[in-house]
Amino acid sequence: MKTENIKFIQGNEACVEGALYAGLDFFAGYPITPSTEIAELLSSRLPQKGGKFIQMEDEIASMSAIIGASLTGSKVMTATSGPGFSLMQEALGYAIMTEIPCVIVNVQRGGPSTGIPTHVSQGDVNQTRWGTHGDHAIVALTASNHQDVFETTVEAFNISETYRTPVVLLYDEVVGHMRERLRVPEEGELALVDRLRTSVSEGVDYHPYLPREDGRLPMSDFGGVHRYNVTGLFHDMWGFPSDNPKVVHGLLRHLVDKIQNNVNQMARFKEFYLKDAECILISYGSSARSARHVVEYLRPRGERIGLLELQTLWPFPHDIVNEKCANAKYMVVVEMNMGQIMREVKRAVKNPERVFLANRIDGVFIAPRDIRDILRIIQGKGV
Amino acid sequence: MAIKDYIRERFFPHIWCPGCGHGTVLNSLLRTVSQMGMSRNEIVMVSGIGCSSRISGYVDFHTLHTLHGRALAFATGVKLSRPELNLIVPMGDGDALAIGGNHFIHAARRNIGLTAIVMNNCIYGMTGGQYSPLSGHGTLATTAPFTNIDYAFDTVELATAAGATFVARSTTYHVQQLAKILKQAILHEGFSVVEILTQCPTYFGRKNRLGSAADMMEHFKDNTTPIGSKAKKENPDLIERGIFIQKEKPEYCSEYDKIIERAMKGN
Repeated sequence: MKTENIKFIQGNEACVEGALYAGLDFFAGYPITPSTEIAELLSSRLPQKGGKFIQMEDEIASMSAIIGASLTGSKVMTATSGPGFSLMQEALGYAIMTEIPCVIVNVQRGGPSTGIPTHVSQGDVNQTRWGTHGDHAIVALTASNHQDVFETTVEAFNISETYRTPVVLLYDEVVGHMRERLRVPEEGELALVDRLRTSVSEGVDYHPYLPREDGRLPMSDFGGVHRYNVTGLFHDMWGFPSDNPKVVHGLLRHLVDKIQNNVNQMARFKEFYLKDAECILISYGSSARSARHVVEYLRPRGERIGLLELQTLWPFPHDIVNEKCANAKYMVVVEMNMGQIMREVKRAVKNPERVFLANRIDGVFIAPRDIRDILRIIQGKGV
Repeated sequence: MAIKDYIRERFFPHIWCPGCGHGTVLNSLLRTVSQMGMSRNEIVMVSGIGCSSRISGYVDFHTLHTLHGRALAFATGVKLSRPELNLIVPMGDGDALAIGGNHFIHAARRNIGLTAIVMNNCIYGMTGGQYSPLSGHGTLATTAPFTNIDYAFDTVELATAAGATFVARSTTYHVQQLAKILKQAILHEGFSVVEILTQCPTYFGRKNRLGSAADMMEHFKDNTTPIGSKAKKENPDLIERGIFIQKEKPEYCSEYDKIIERAMKGN
């Protein structure tokens, strides 16, 4: 193992390393705690490889700029936190509607509003799902350690290119600012999905919004030989506005189905001691670290407890969660919000009354002791 | 190429009202592009939302119909990613200077090589005649039924103060001048702004009793004057037309190329 590939860095830096590994060419952003390190690092790393970094006037503009850049063939990303993510919802919907690949990092802090900027939260899970208006689908990934931050970042770019969709990386302040070891994989070690470009030659009618048989939509770079229209209005296969009910219905179904029909392909998760577990902790992001600690602590003490760590939050893998929890007596969702993923777990399992919540919502990282204390209450062992 | 080769003919007739000035702007722009012999593949038109922004649907360029007010931000991404492309960004007055005001001043400040065209008809037409930041004090609109107490921006002064390196104004009456200005704006290395006074007989004209489309164009003729003219000295209320600012200053993308050079050298 090459020692130069070993780094001791922040999660935000691991995200940058993953993005560059995935082939990031263009970043537009606006400073915001606790994601700023991503912009700072990319302002030096991107031009070093001939890429572009721009600090825009706000997050609305940042999101708009990456969409524009993506249309020219660049792999693009922006990074922000709650308040900035709120501002990005408008253009996030545009990227969904126009099917433009892009990656949005939200290093979560406490909200609502300005909230608690330097402290951890996982309160933006449902905003990610439903923040922009109208029916739509979204992809959101998360991770609890730097190796996984790296890999989910690469995966975000891959999903984004494969399905022509924005992908949100929903990290949190603890993962973003914590320092730990990262081994940067060798070139070729992780698969990369490149932009699928059309093979239609010049002069032949190109349909930017006509899916191939496999459902993928080959793109043509702006500035290339195919001139077409991109609009946030409902549009036909050439990209021109249409209010034909069949076109409207067809496009909306396509936008939702292309994600929802591939929920299992996109589902990333890790499982620990699930096989005989009576109690399953379900967690994600930094809170999954504490949940893992609890499991490792209680197992040798005779408790049949396991952990399901989710890395894909949206589309939520209902069937997989149901299957993994089928033999458990009860489930405890560990998260730092008021039960946003707990709600999905309740919708997924056959015994929703056996789903409990172990959370903290005070800006303090949920510790193993917090989870154990709640477990004792759930188990009727007293406070 | 002939002008017709630059349009998407199947979408005509256009959606603009009879008498609307936006068709004249389109005509002028296409004549300019045709006269300059530009290739369709090298032009990206980015527009926002509103009557003006529908212009991008009619031209056979790479066209990006974006969000209300955000056209310049999208265009900034396209341009910085592919600086060799020519970016033309037509916007309405509300689009460019109300909801898009922040993007407008920052694009100007960066001096990024985009051609911003503000099609100023003094009103929100698409939504039915509400007052815009360019309607002006004392005008009437569907949201100013008594009178408008908002003062207007002067687009030229705003663009100049924000750092635009090419700033001009013309009207739909002065199509010859307009075409010449548009040509220089497109050729300009840096952020160029062209404000075009264009008539909205349906809403602004009707609400403010300005008569027919032809009357409104006559009004442009009678109430504007070349920059620094004798008439302006005699009547300060006249609106000046022409090129106000045209100066050289390093363009943003070429400045960024120097950053790349430095970064690659390691300093």
